[in-house]
Amino acid sequence: MNILMNIGFVIAAPIVGGLLTGVDRVITARMQGRQGPPVLQPFYDVMKLIQKESIEVNSMHRFFVYISMVFAIFATTILITGGDILLAVFALTLGSIFFVLGGYASNSPYSIIGSERELLQIMSYEPMVLLACVGLYYADRSFFVKEIINNSIPAIVYLPGLFIGLVFILTFKLRKSPFDLSMSHHGHQEIVKGITTEYSGRDLAVIEVTHWFEVIFTLTLVYVFFATNAPISRVIAIVICGLVYLLEIVIDNAFARLKWQQAFTSAWIITGTLGIVNLMILSYFR
Amino acid sequence: MKFVKKSPWILHYDGSSCNGCDIEVLACLTPLYDVERFGIINTGNPKHADILLITGSVNEQNIPVVKQLYEQMAEPKVVAAIGICATSGGIFAECYNVVGGVDKVLPVDVYVPGCAARPEAIIDGVVKALAILEEKSKDARKKTGK
Repeated sequence: MNILMNIGFVIAAPIVGGLLTGVDRVITARMQGRQGPPVLQPFYDVMKLIQKESIEVNSMHRFFVYISMVFAIFATTILITGGDILLAVFALTLGSIFFVLGGYASNSPYSIIGSERELLQIMSYEPMVLLACVGLYYADRSFFVKEIINNSIPAIVYLPGLFIGLVFILTFKLRKSPFDLSMSHHGHQEIVKGITTEYSGRDLAVIEVTHWFEVIFTLTLVYVFFATNAPISRVIAIVICGLVYLLEIVIDNAFARLKWQQAFTSAWIITGTLGIVNLMILSYFR
Repeated sequence: MKFVKKSPWILHYDGSSCNGCDIEVLACLTPLYDVERFGIINTGNPKHADILLITGSVNEQNIPVVKQLYEQMAEPKVVAAIGICATSGGIFAECYNVVGGVDKVLPVDVYVPGCAARPEAIIDGVVKALAILEEKSKDARKKTGK
């Protein structure tokens, strides 16, 4: 029964991720005074891309995005089934690294710029994600999600600083402005979509689906901060996930894209102050 | 199901246009016309695009550029000539450097005349292009046996 539920969650993850992306596009359009596409538009896009021809630049080029998707699915599965949060984070990082390699593989100046920027982004957000994992361990004495979300006090009580820092970092992971340096959601932007420049057809669809998994992954991290053993807290946690996503959409529309230096330093300053101070205070009291 | 009709992505190339038609193409993306309602996105990347919109006539200098853009696009793909210059060369047809309309270089599927072509006409042209795109994807599938 438990296994079946877990499989159900993993199948539902990309569907929910795609729907969230669709809602995102509608809300973004409304904020800009437009009507916007249908909510199912991301699915139409992916189905179209699957039906289109895939142009192969070289033999490795395609391999990297597929491997990247495998790791994104793996990481999301670990997180959703209540596994080890550290393992999930590292698996997702490995997926991102393969994605970067895919950008380098094509030898196009656009995708190489995208890859280099993606590496800088990984360097910017990774410390904060790791600190969040460490903080969760400090608060709940476990790296396992199923144990963290079964405590009586939500992790947010101990880790408000880390949570704010994590929300700041999510902007990188969700590829939202001001931190969408390596590839943007919006057409005709960020050096014509950075890493994805040379990908077409089915390969581009795979990149899109990988991003859906990443959306779910990041929102699950938010969920972990609020869920406790009380059933009502699970509902509250899901509502807060929605609110965080809405906040990211507002930020996306309200801010201009930053230079990589600014993105990098701001991320590390937030990590350094909020993350480390929070951990220090926590270690003092526990 | 033909999903290409629901998410046509556009590549816009300015041949030797006076920018009149370019502005009108971009006007389609504004809140007033909002072509994203139909899933249309201006990609700026030939590998992602389904429809190539060309404004302005083709001249000797940009023949290789136009050809390369077309060749980089993934099948199925269509070409739409926007504005009278792109359809026939317009008032620039007699210029020493102008080859003529886009159809001198590429197989054009849809012609949208006008100086400048109005956004409504451009959207209409894109919708016509979608029908051709659907035909082409059917043919492509027959060829590959899918």
